[in-house]
Amino acid sequence: MSSIAQKKGFGATIWDFMTTVDHKKIAILYLMSGGFFFLVGGIEAMLIRIQLVKAGNDFLSAGTFNEVITMHGTTMIFLASMPILLAFMNAVMPLQIGARDVAFPFLNSLGFWLFFFGGIFLNLSWFMGGAPDAGWTNYASLALASEGHGIDFYTLGLTISGFGTLIAGINFLVTIINMRAPGMTYMRMPLFTWTTFVASALILLAFPPLTVGLFFMVFDRLFGASFFAVEMGGNTIIWEHLFWIFGHPEVYILILPAFGIFSEIFAIFSRKRLFGYTALVFATILIGFYGFMVWAHHMFTVGLGPTANAVFALATMIIAVPTGIKIFNWLLTIWGGNISFSVPMIYAVAFIPTFVAGGVTGVMQAIAPLDYQLHDSYFIVAHFHYVIVGGVVLAILAGTHLYWPKMFGTMLSEKLGKWTFWFFFLGFHLTFFIQHFLGLMGMPRRVYTFGADQGWDLFNAISSSGAILMATGVIILLVNVVMTIVKNERIGNDPWGDGRTLEWAIPSPPPFYNFAQTPLVRGLDTYWIEKMDGNKKGMIFAEPLGDIHMPNGSIIPFVISLGMFIASFGALYFMDGKPWALAVLIGGLTLMFASMLVRSLKDDLGFHITKAELLEDAKGGNTDGH
Amino acid sequence: MAHDTHVHVRSQAEFEYVKKKRAEEMRGHLATFAIMIFLTLIAFTMVAAGFSVYLIVPIILLLAGIQVVLQLYYFMHMSGKGHGMIAFFMFSGMFVAFITVLTFVTIIWW
Ligand code: HEM
Ligand SMILES: [Cu+2]
Repeated sequence: MSSIAQKKGFGATIWDFMTTVDHKKIAILYLMSGGFFFLVGGIEAMLIRIQLVKAGNDFLSAGTFNEVITMHGTTMIFLASMPILLAFMNAVMPLQIGARDVAFPFLNSLGFWLFFFGGIFLNLSWFMGGAPDAGWTNYASLALASEGHGIDFYTLGLTISGFGTLIAGINFLVTIINMRAPGMTYMRMPLFTWTTFVASALILLAFPPLTVGLFFMVFDRLFGASFFAVEMGGNTIIWEHLFWIFGHPEVYILILPAFGIFSEIFAIFSRKRLFGYTALVFATILIGFYGFMVWAHHMFTVGLGPTANAVFALATMIIAVPTGIKIFNWLLTIWGGNISFSVPMIYAVAFIPTFVAGGVTGVMQAIAPLDYQLHDSYFIVAHFHYVIVGGVVLAILAGTHLYWPKMFGTMLSEKLGKWTFWFFFLGFHLTFFIQHFLGLMGMPRRVYTFGADQGWDLFNAISSSGAILMATGVIILLVNVVMTIVKNERIGNDPWGDGRTLEWAIPSPPPFYNFAQTPLVRGLDTYWIEKMDGNKKGMIFAEPLGDIHMPNGSIIPFVISLGMFIASFGALYFMDGKPWALAVLIGGLTLMFASMLVRSLKDDLGFHITKAELLEDAKGGNTDGH
Repeated sequence: MAHDTHVHVRSQAEFEYVKKKRAEEMRGHLATFAIMIFLTLIAFTMVAAGFSVYLIVPIILLLAGIQVVLQLYYFMHMSGKGHGMIAFFMFSGMFVAFITVLTFVTIIWW
């Protein structure tokens, strides 16, 4: 591609990314910032494991430890895992359905910048008087009692980034419903698109309860309301409900796209059509539904009463059924396939037993009487790391290798990739397997230290040593990324050689309009069908070559988000009676609404790429921007 | 893409068909409107007649539910073609909201 030939200045590149509305560039922004927060969260994890490496350690004080675990959980869930998955959704889903962009490119950019500023706001707490310390679940009794501004950074930061996620979810829903290429019926959509669809629906339905809860919390803490303050007639349990009505669907928002990535990988590297495609689709939808009926399994020990506990226990066990269906479908996809053990496939194969282990402990916890023993112990910590790291993070690492070529046009090293895998995978099991037993031996979660006479020394030391292996794996991945960028060996459309879906039929990275001509879809695994028919072009076209209408870039999403960011500082210091706080609040909101007004009043009709330019591109001309 | 705009002239048969459709739709509108007025009257009468609150409240809620459905299907055209996805999402949302309210009522506030 000649895109590299056309060198832009550094400033121009930054400006380009700040104003872009192209889903592929927004994907890169999500990947970079999500990756950054992943490293931050990883450093916090290492601090936790250093503190717990031996009995009575004083590496971190009790208060700092609480801040570190809170920020670790919050960062990993909201600022690392979700954004990186959104990066893949942005990069791949529009290509898979044969679209030129998402339905609302402007909103796509707005969603990213809101997430970004929310994340920065949350992390600034470290430098501005202390981070939140009530756990990532931020239970109201703890949160309302917490001194300083940590919790306010949490509530305001998550409100901002939550808006961003909600916007992204709605955008993907509309895109998938309305922008599929001709012939791309719902039952021909690749599984990653399907899981994006269901995860977006979950975002749509699950984020509002969180927003409501956060709003109540903001008002309780900053403006003297008492929704959760028991002494004022409030109810602290309502926060728990609101949080988990969001929280359980949230774990499925994370795991479904991960399932999608693995489904793609199993099909590509087994060189076989997915076994039981229909069953996989319906299992995904079913999981989405059940996801909303089980939240109280996080609250068995609150004292909901035996009836409520029984109902939610049963519902929770039922949700394991569609998950099991998926596992069998993947196994049968591999069965008899012509398997190639490239890095993504290694991750996918390793994912199956790991995730099954996490699912089994999940079902154990779903047994309410047993959960009275397990709750708030290290067993829970082991469970959710088996599903989140063994499911979501393995999918993120696999997806990074799988989609790197499509996003950047270069190939990550297979050799270093395998090293990363082994360090990370072995380190992971070393760290977390033993935590099941720590839990059974009675070690509570979220304790900053333990006594030498409690018999937990050895297992904690083993757990911490595993963490070092995982960190080594991540560092090797970083080396891999840098080396790949420096080498810059360009690759073609279908670098894995066995791509099945539309994204592999176009150049890597694709031209900014994706498809010069909208493709016509003849079945599931669109590109594979054309390959098998010997179609050298990789697709059939649904329209003649003609002008393409494209949206203009815009700085407004950035400014709107910046306005909210500034306003949040005003809201945060308002309680302290700082005279400038109100001015900052109003100033930020003014900036936000003024930029919205500009957007509403000024027509932006976009521009056209002419047929002549497209023909020029087809001969190998400029494919990267304008 | 397509720059040439097609000007479509309706044939007589098409015209008749559309007219008949519209008339049918109009009849639907009027009928539902009458039903809705009637339901509202029932609600007011019940209150005016001074029945027990435990009877009035559930019945009014039920009538309100019926009104919402009528409104959506006859006035907001959800019965029309291509509204499947919209209906699906609306009912999913209502379902989630319903479960939430149900749990709150039964296990927090009861
Ligand atoms: C087979 C499916 C699953 C079942 C039956 C299940 C069940 C449970 C139960 C009952 C708890 C509460 C335990 C307690 O606190 O006492 C729990 C906690 C948790 N689960 Fe799962 N789970 C499943 C899958 C998942 C998945 C796929 C994820 C994420 C990708 C996940 C993430 C979590 C998290 C983060 C927590 C702990 C939350 C906290 O207290 O901080 N689970 N799980
Ligand atoms: Cu859960």
